[in-house]
Amino acid sequence: MFQAFLIKYGEIGIKGKNRHLFEDALVRQIKYALKPVEGEFLISKEQGRIYIEASEGYDYDEALESLRHVFGIVGICPVALTEDEGFGKLAEDVVSYLAKRYPDKHMTFKVNTRRARKTYPMPSMEVNAALGEKILGAFPEMSVDVHNPDILVNVEIRGKIYIYSEIIPGPGGMPVGTNGKGMLLLSGGIDSPVAGYMIAKRGVKIDAVYFHAPPYTSERAKQKVVDLARIVATYTGPIYLKVVNFTDIQMYIYEKCPHDELTIIMRRYMMRIAEYFAKETESLGLITGESIGQVASQTMQSLASTDEVCTMPVYRPLIGFDKQEIVELSKKIGTFETSILPYEDCCTIFVAKHPVTKPNLKVIRRSETHLSEKIDEMVETAIQTAETIIVRGTEEGEA
Amino acid sequence: MEAYFDNSATTRCSQGAKDVMVRALVEDYGNPSSLHVKGMEGENYIRDAKAKISKTLKAKPTELVFTSGGTESNNLAILGAAMANKRSGRHLVTTVIEHPAVSAPMKFLEEQGFSVTYLNVDKDGLISLEDLERAVTDETILVSVMYVNNEIGAAEPIAEAAQAIKKKNPGTLFHVDAIQAYGKYIIHPGKMGIDMMSVSGHKIHGPKGSGFLYVKEKTKVKPVIYGGGQQKNLRSGTENVPGIAGLGQAAQEAYEEFAQKQAHLYQLKEAFIGGLDGEKWAHFNGRTGRDSAPHIVSLSVDGVRSEVLLHALEDRHIYVSAGSACASNKPARSATLTAIGIRQDYLDSTVRVSFSTQNTLEEVEYCIANLKELVPMLGKYTRH
Repeated sequence: MFQAFLIKYGEIGIKGKNRHLFEDALVRQIKYALKPVEGEFLISKEQGRIYIEASEGYDYDEALESLRHVFGIVGICPVALTEDEGFGKLAEDVVSYLAKRYPDKHMTFKVNTRRARKTYPMPSMEVNAALGEKILGAFPEMSVDVHNPDILVNVEIRGKIYIYSEIIPGPGGMPVGTNGKGMLLLSGGIDSPVAGYMIAKRGVKIDAVYFHAPPYTSERAKQKVVDLARIVATYTGPIYLKVVNFTDIQMYIYEKCPHDELTIIMRRYMMRIAEYFAKETESLGLITGESIGQVASQTMQSLASTDEVCTMPVYRPLIGFDKQEIVELSKKIGTFETSILPYEDCCTIFVAKHPVTKPNLKVIRRSETHLSEKIDEMVETAIQTAETIIVRGTEEGEA
Repeated sequence: MEAYFDNSATTRCSQGAKDVMVRALVEDYGNPSSLHVKGMEGENYIRDAKAKISKTLKAKPTELVFTSGGTESNNLAILGAAMANKRSGRHLVTTVIEHPAVSAPMKFLEEQGFSVTYLNVDKDGLISLEDLERAVTDETILVSVMYVNNEIGAAEPIAEAAQAIKKKNPGTLFHVDAIQAYGKYIIHPGKMGIDMMSVSGHKIHGPKGSGFLYVKEKTKVKPVIYGGGQQKNLRSGTENVPGIAGLGQAAQEAYEEFAQKQAHLYQLKEAFIGGLDGEKWAHFNGRTGRDSAPHIVSLSVDGVRSEVLLHALEDRHIYVSAGSACASNKPARSATLTAIGIRQDYLDSTVRVSFSTQNTLEEVEYCIANLKELVPMLGKYTRH
């Protein structure tokens, strides 16, 4: 019954003179999201709204699901479209819309008409009143409540007439591509995909880097990371994923440094390498899934010591979240089931039984001097040999 | 060099099996249930496979039911026998080291009100015949014991077990999971007192998705899959003709020049074990001589986790499995390794090496050389 969608967006409406940039980005993201959906879609932008008109026989469920992944959308209203053939026909259409849409009619309503086409012969208030009467006539169980109605029946009179009463929440945020780019440190865990989602939600395009440690981490662990990136990419668009072979660096650190400092030093090198790629691809910051105190390497002291090696800002959108809150989010965005597959990532392989939780920067720096002989060369090799995978949200689009 | 030593997970399909399958797929593709000649051509493949297999078992062709593989065969035997015989009793006996394809249907039957006795095993993974005899009662309708354990290669005393069971209760049915044993031992179920026996095609160089259950004449079994009544109603669904044809061919090949093949497998196993003799980090689980299965070795390695060793070997094109391959997607503790009481840290550090007749002594030597190089290196970087 729905041949169109009306897209509501919030925040980007207030961006002053840049507004059109945000709207154009949103239209672009909507087009991209609808590309794999069965059917043709005509997208138009007018007066602070975006309209999507669908061809006959399009897949409603697929289209809706895709739209729910587009940042910047606050609400998605499925619209019943009708030609303007006089008020009588309009009243019939509204009644039949309600008949189909709401099997149980015990509820209050209000009609809200918006007359975009000012040549329509009746003013909005009159249309409201006349339609209300027709609805009450057709469904005696319904009653009017103009202050707090259960449903708001919207009628927009444009070229065609748009009838809708339902707003399906979108993900909110801002359209990807309106806020620069960030480099996500993606592991196989629960947190990092959520962190990528959170930052992308603010309009940031995402690239990612994954540290692979064969044979300690398997091909399946890498595949899992690609799968996670693919889910995140359904929200963010294509992700350039760098896969860095980290084994030699890890082993070298293991050989030369105190074992309780292993994780911290390892993370410092991960940050250094991630920052290299971020600069190379014009990212403006690094993104991690860290949250204060979650594990030894995420205490305030540890975060400070990993931060020290970065010259770019490090964004940690989960910093104040409890694990359970992160789990809830990962379930919501659909990464949880993949994240909990039991393949090891390189952070869990050489963990000391009692890692330092309050690393002293001076001590860490001194330990790192033990690496001076070979580490620069090793980092260079890791960077040179990194593999780039372009991950798209749909399987067939993968490069 | 490549050394595929994961033949207990699956084997490479033989040329002969492949050829007959291709014929059954593209030339003689008729449905055996069709009345016309195309149907009969399809049926002939099944008749031929039955003849080949029954010859290896000294069984009648009518005693075979084709299935989708070992798991289905086990399910049909256990659930089917329980359903058909529940009026004679509601007690079953099995062991603690069975494959999940046996232990999970047992668990299901327990939920349905049956009771199950699980026999313990000794340090070599072998059941005790006295325990077995004690466990069988007037109420026991089925005993299920695996022939060869898939993780450590323990070969259970099947013929003796059959005698013990029948002595105690002649009405008790005896099912044997022979998925790791068929093709490695000569098995004549009729003579050995086996009532039902499960076999999988892809463990013997046949295709995946093929297998059979031997069901001795007059054994009461109910189907678990209902439908068009194929295979005398025991297993409905259009027969997997290419799979069955491939399975039949593979079965025949497995028993050609059998004595040499078995001897070759034992040579590989002995060369592998002998090659690591004296290495302090190497520990073999279960029996290692000719009183164990010819093709399976369970090796625990001090200080190296099995997953790490597996991937390091993979890098050298040597393929083994960690514990049991069927458990790769859930790093649960192995029931077999736990049951034989190996050291706690070995539960995480055990690999299974399993040979086929296509492997060579050179491959074994290559693997040994790599193990000797890799283990001391990987052992340096352990978890604390």
